[in-house]
Amino acid sequence: MSAIGELSTMTRRKGPMTKEEKKANGRDNKAAYIFLLPWLIGLVAITVGPMLMSLYLSFTDYNLLQPPEWVGLDNFIRMFGDARLHNSLRVTFTYVLVGVPLQLGVALLIALVLDKGLRGLPFYRSIFYLPSLLGGSVAVAILWKQIFGTTGLVNQVLAMVGIEGPGWISDPNTALGSIILLHVWTFGSPMIIFLAGLRQIPVMYYEAAKVDGATTLQQFWRITLPMLSPIIFFNLVLQIIGSFQSFTQAFIVSGGNGGPSDSTMFFTLYLYQKGFGQFDMGYASAMAWFLLVIIGAFTAINFIASKYWVFYDD
Amino acid sequence: MTKLQTLPAASNSSSGKSGKDGKSPRRRESPGSLAFSRSARIKGLVKHAILIIVGAVMIYPLLWMVVSSLRPNDLIFREPGLWLESLEMSNYTDGWSALTHPFGHYMINSAIVVLGSILGNLISCSMAAYAFARLQFSGKKIFFGIMLLTIMLPFHVVIVPQYILFSQIGWVNTFWPLIVPKLLATDAFFVFLMVQFIRGIPKDLDEAARIDGAGHPRIFLRVILPLMVPALATTTIFTFIWTWNDFFGALIYLTDPDMFTVPVALRAFVDSQSATSWGSLFAMSIVSLLPVFLVFLFGQRFLIKGIATTGIK
Repeated sequence: MSAIGELSTMTRRKGPMTKEEKKANGRDNKAAYIFLLPWLIGLVAITVGPMLMSLYLSFTDYNLLQPPEWVGLDNFIRMFGDARLHNSLRVTFTYVLVGVPLQLGVALLIALVLDKGLRGLPFYRSIFYLPSLLGGSVAVAILWKQIFGTTGLVNQVLAMVGIEGPGWISDPNTALGSIILLHVWTFGSPMIIFLAGLRQIPVMYYEAAKVDGATTLQQFWRITLPMLSPIIFFNLVLQIIGSFQSFTQAFIVSGGNGGPSDSTMFFTLYLYQKGFGQFDMGYASAMAWFLLVIIGAFTAINFIASKYWVFYDD
Repeated sequence: MTKLQTLPAASNSSSGKSGKDGKSPRRRESPGSLAFSRSARIKGLVKHAILIIVGAVMIYPLLWMVVSSLRPNDLIFREPGLWLESLEMSNYTDGWSALTHPFGHYMINSAIVVLGSILGNLISCSMAAYAFARLQFSGKKIFFGIMLLTIMLPFHVVIVPQYILFSQIGWVNTFWPLIVPKLLATDAFFVFLMVQFIRGIPKDLDEAARIDGAGHPRIFLRVILPLMVPALATTTIFTFIWTWNDFFGALIYLTDPDMFTVPVALRAFVDSQSATSWGSLFAMSIVSLLPVFLVFLFGQRFLIKGIATTGIK
């Protein structure tokens, strides 16, 4: 079961402890906490501690040199009037809301084509999977910068058929699009999750549908899609959370400034500039918490909406 | 490429448990009318055509980068094809020594961070996983829930205070900020992956060892750890790739060129060079991708299994 599946069953099953659980409780406490010690230290010192600290800092003005100065809600009020921040939100939302469905759509489509015991499946799967391992690297971002440049590979190919392409990454209208394409290019890992999911669907469902005279399309809508919906949901949640945090590609392609004219200024890029460029740590912390709230809200909406379209077989 | 065939491709188990397996026999017993088999064959051809076209489009940029790195600079902006007239190795020699240090210096830095991270993840995550999968203790459910939540926590929420913390200890421009969190099992994804794996190991084995008088450290080291080698391998491979590619952490903590890892060195290369040296930039990009590619070739089985069972890229 996936981490998400496990979390949702944990929240669903809330009954009293069984006798056995009660008896077992406390039996291995000492050993357990010794085994958990590194994780517990990490939880306190690397995760929860810094989280609380950044919550505190978000109400302060802090530049690393002077001690933090309490400013109340100032940072959050500033965020309301910060046009660049609003723009970065727009860029990030576009990236997530266009990139994630596109990537998952391609992943599902290719997985469906691959599924039916196709010859050469392992080979195809490897080819499609490789980009998702390389996609997060600086090297591929550099490649992208060249490919979608004014005299890059894409325009060289277009020139062969007589089209003069724009400078994709130097044009504010297309720069974000080329970064979204890079995200779609990494469809391999959700594709593999889809493939694993498709294998779990019992064949007898299809056989029964065929006996009843269902067409391929009907089988897809009535069997494949509902049976696969938990996996689609899982991919959706993960990809949305991940895409909101996307940073490297936009940073490298734009040369670190989110340009041209802020068209690739992701929220995370702006946060980086505020925090680690201008050392406006209070503001950066407020932004980080804002991002957490956005991601949390999206995830919550996802979970609530899932009740209406995700089908659990159990 | 024998490694590519490691996953069950067309085993004919009679049970209908796995969709793909169950389908091949059905196809064979389908009515032997010629029209049907012809349409099936056309369908297959169309599928292969789609896959080959999509695959070619996806892989082409990478192949083109490899070829371009072996071309004179001016051709990179004129030649979209893959044909090589001569091998130009100068891009590699130029690129290797283009920065303050030879490129190998940055690769060694990256290797140190990668090794430390792998070691850290293997030790700390397996310990935590053993506790979650096998031991009963108070607060287990809550801690387990917290652990699952931290998998999904955006790192931006902790990065500012973490930076402040590490800079106050004087760890900026050392590898510690990149390695120490792994020693403390903060990559909770791997804890989860290992918990899943340990749950699949029969408990009888623990019981038998316990009857023989073994304590938990002994059971962990002698029984569980040897049996969870596949999970450890998956962890090693993913940690390798993620750490090798990690840009954000290195960008924040490593500002001294002596300490640069490969991604930040490449970034420095992009910034320092004018548009005329794309050849050497490509060459070093390829060098930087090579380890990931090798890991992909030899560890693919673990990668695909790891994604399919736990579902994270």
